[in-house]
Amino acid sequence: MPAEPRSLRGVPAEPGVAKPDPVLVVDGVRRYFGGLRAVEIDHLEIQRGTITSLIGPNGAGKTTLFNVLSGFDLPQQGHWHLNGGPLVGISAFRVARLGLVRTFQLTRSLARLTVLENMLVAAKAQIGESLRGALFRRWRPLEEANTTRALQTLERFGLSHMTGDYAGSLSGGQRKLLEMARALMVEPAVVMLDEPTAGVNPALKQSLLIHIKNLRDTGVTVVFIEHDMDVVREISDWVVCMSEGAVIAEGPSAEVARNPAVIDAYLGTHHGVIS
Amino acid sequence: MLAAPLLVVLLAGTALSGEGSSITGTLEYIEGTTRTPVPGVTIIVTRDSAPVGTVVSDETGHWEVPVPEPGVYQVELDVDTLPEGVALSDPDRGVLPAVEVRAGQQKVIRFALGPGTTSSVAWWPRVSGLFLVGLKLGAIIALSSIGLSLIFGVTRLVNFAHGELVTLGAVLAFFFNASPLGPGWHLLIAAVPAIVLCAGFGAVQELALWRRLRRNHAGLISLIVVSIGLSIALRYLILVLFSGLPRPFTDYAVQTNIEFLGISTVPKNLVIIGLTAVVLTVVGLFLQRTRLGTAMRAVADDSDLAESSGIDVRRVILVTWIMGAGLAGLGGVMFGVSEQVQWDMGFKLLLLIFAAVILGGLGTAFGAMLGGFVIGISVEMSTLWVPVEFKTAIALGILITMLLVRPQGLLGLKERIG
Amino acid sequence: MDVVTILVDAGRAAIGVPAAGYALSAIGLNLQFGYTGLLNFGHVGFMLVGAYGLAITVDRGGSMVLGLVVGIALAVVLALLMGIPTMRLRADYLAIVTIAAGEILRLLARSTFAAPLTKGIFGIQRFANDFFAINPIPNGKYGVGTFRFDQRTLWVLLVGWSFVIGAVLFVRRLLRSPWGRVIRAIREDEDAARSLGKNVFGYKLQSLIIGGTIGALAGMLLAIDQQNVNPDAFIPLLTFYAFTIVIIGGPGTLWGPVIGAVIFWFLFELLGGIMAGALAEGWFGDLLDATDVAQLRFALFGVGLMWLMAKRPQGLFGSRTEMLIDAR
Repeated sequence: MPAEPRSLRGVPAEPGVAKPDPVLVVDGVRRYFGGLRAVEIDHLEIQRGTITSLIGPNGAGKTTLFNVLSGFDLPQQGHWHLNGGPLVGISAFRVARLGLVRTFQLTRSLARLTVLENMLVAAKAQIGESLRGALFRRWRPLEEANTTRALQTLERFGLSHMTGDYAGSLSGGQRKLLEMARALMVEPAVVMLDEPTAGVNPALKQSLLIHIKNLRDTGVTVVFIEHDMDVVREISDWVVCMSEGAVIAEGPSAEVARNPAVIDAYLGTHHGVIS
Repeated sequence: MLAAPLLVVLLAGTALSGEGSSITGTLEYIEGTTRTPVPGVTIIVTRDSAPVGTVVSDETGHWEVPVPEPGVYQVELDVDTLPEGVALSDPDRGVLPAVEVRAGQQKVIRFALGPGTTSSVAWWPRVSGLFLVGLKLGAIIALSSIGLSLIFGVTRLVNFAHGELVTLGAVLAFFFNASPLGPGWHLLIAAVPAIVLCAGFGAVQELALWRRLRRNHAGLISLIVVSIGLSIALRYLILVLFSGLPRPFTDYAVQTNIEFLGISTVPKNLVIIGLTAVVLTVVGLFLQRTRLGTAMRAVADDSDLAESSGIDVRRVILVTWIMGAGLAGLGGVMFGVSEQVQWDMGFKLLLLIFAAVILGGLGTAFGAMLGGFVIGISVEMSTLWVPVEFKTAIALGILITMLLVRPQGLLGLKERIG
Repeated sequence: MDVVTILVDAGRAAIGVPAAGYALSAIGLNLQFGYTGLLNFGHVGFMLVGAYGLAITVDRGGSMVLGLVVGIALAVVLALLMGIPTMRLRADYLAIVTIAAGEILRLLARSTFAAPLTKGIFGIQRFANDFFAINPIPNGKYGVGTFRFDQRTLWVLLVGWSFVIGAVLFVRRLLRSPWGRVIRAIREDEDAARSLGKNVFGYKLQSLIIGGTIGALAGMLLAIDQQNVNPDAFIPLLTFYAFTIVIIGGPGTLWGPVIGAVIFWFLFELLGGIMAGALAEGWFGDLLDATDVAQLRFALFGVGLMWLMAKRPQGLFGSRTEMLIDAR
């Protein structure tokens, strides 16, 4: 169990509690599907430079929250800020450019692009990506710089021997690594990972966890949805538990695990996970 | 005293010998390269304000008024008897004051008719007349659209070959009714095998083609392009078999106007509207009250959920195809009664069908019905302000507007449009 | 049945002006559909505005060069009008809207309302005289045996196929750039592209514009060859010729549209020749006449398209495993 990061010491374990240095602040977000309440969060803050895991039984609204925050879905009410800048009504691609990058539950690797191309397409500021740039500007120098960075990142993730392979030919676990490496190329401030270790073999899982910790150590804030409580225990600096659309508990993982409301929410939907 | 019987004999003689003089002509409505005969129009011939003869153009547009002797006559086309959307190309040439007829001459007069509105008709008959025609067109569209909408609902396929089902209904009915190769039954009897065969063809399409493609996990785009290919194949096959000339059924082709609530219309319009209302009611009751109908709606809503509830989705899809194709065939027969049978009549209707289905909501039968009537009425009534040649464009405008403003249609659910 | 004549005729058609024109049209459609995944069923509309833009400009006294510019400008406008409202729609809705847009244009061109400009159903003729005036090829027929073209056709062929090659090279340059990479990413997975900060809407619109402009050039080429524009020539069938060609050659490949056009016209003409020959030999008895046979050819085209899409959507040369036609 990791020690609490200094930054979060002393923060009470209450849902909606304020954080000393929040990078992401969520206020009054309500998302309904017809009559069904998917997300109803009064207040939530994510501390900068930490790993926060978002847990809760299926249907608690975790992915919906991700969709709303990253601009893939529009809530009926509410607003949220990234580094003080408002994100309401901003389209998904702009949210990504502003520094909030998310991955998807089912890996969305760009199958018919090679591993290297997957990385390069994610790189920021390639003038060749605009029509004018592609036709009239010299984009090759930037491409070379990006390629160098991409190869370094792929090396860290252990994928450098597959740069020329189509992403579609990678194994499931390798694709998860690629998706994470690719997200890094965007140089995000916040990375939201949707079940990054789902369906991954134990060895690869450890590798992924190391990468997530490295991410945090370079200053990126990580929020990730997770069902495996061992993983949660192992790397989370902070845990947020959702149930039926609302945040029912927050705090260090040990405290959240003991929280009766959390146990209640899981009882009947998850078996013997919290101990 | 001798002169009178002599005159009679002379006249009779000339009439019997066929060498009398007459004023004659053929009324054709010209739009682009198509020429359609215009029946039911009254031509009045007078001489110095005394009536000489009045005649109504027949189903080939032909009219002839015998005149007693050579001389100068006045010929007038009664614009009030022109059908909707047809007008004199030159409104000032509706009355010809000096038509000279020589002895034994069949003087040919041409009244050029084209698209247009006749402003001389009073407001109420015109508006209500157009509304009625719009209801009729709407009825035809509604019948033809239900199938497209429901088939999309249960299989997610936008069937671009649906128009050909409409054509097929009309062409098959033509075979049983008016074709020299067929049994020559009355249309009411001929329609039955036509609709049944259409429904059967729908089943064949599903079993032999679409089911197989779905089983091989063909993507949405593949299916759409396949339906385009099918549309082309069917359309040109029908063209080869039926030929390019539009032909009417032997029954109900030409009718005289009747007065109804101050509106002048042909009886078949009312029959089409009435019959469609009955059929739509039956369809509606079927969908709402029977188990099979409810299953269809359930599969259209959420096929996975329906399947897990124990509904045999494949059977529902087959029934949907049969019903949708049969209704389209009925729509085709009605369309053929309303206008004529033509090889591409269904394709021409297809865009209106799309407009109706999108307006009402893809996937719901009630949406198709509602959309059909709204489109039909809008298209016909738009001619009050817009030239007739833009009728279809109006429908397409509604389609595009709908997709921008409310893509799921009036009755559709928001989640559908992806 | 004279097999040699049939083959020669088919060969002539394979490299003829329609083949060049449709290769160009297919290159544009391939960018929109093969590379970006846009189901543009109104591609004939771009050919129409290109052809009419040129014809109307010259008819009103402008030069052909100005006509070229006008045609391209109209294509851009059409792409914006078509694209901006519809880009967020799913594939099947886009298909319906685009086919409607193409038909609206045709109805507009043939209307009496627009007739002062478009001459309605009569169309515009003889607007390409300047083009033929600068033909450097001396009079005469060139070729071998019956496989020959006169100087007029040869000139059009030369210019046409040059445009085809130019278009392919242009598209290649685009696709090998980072812009092209984003386009391919969008084709793979729009949401993933968005999550990486790509303005998917903008890219799709650009692809529509570029592909549409190339389609307009195709329309101009075909119109110049015929010295005639007529609204009823621009029916939806032409869009599906282009689709067939794109699919035959392999969607999302650079030279696919060109190869597809050559093969398509070869086969189409071959089929026509065989059927005409069969008719002459009396194989059809009294059942069919020449008109029927010509129309039957279209029916067979429809069947061919169905088969192609169902059995070989990757085209005649692609491999099935690489071809994952989008299921959404």
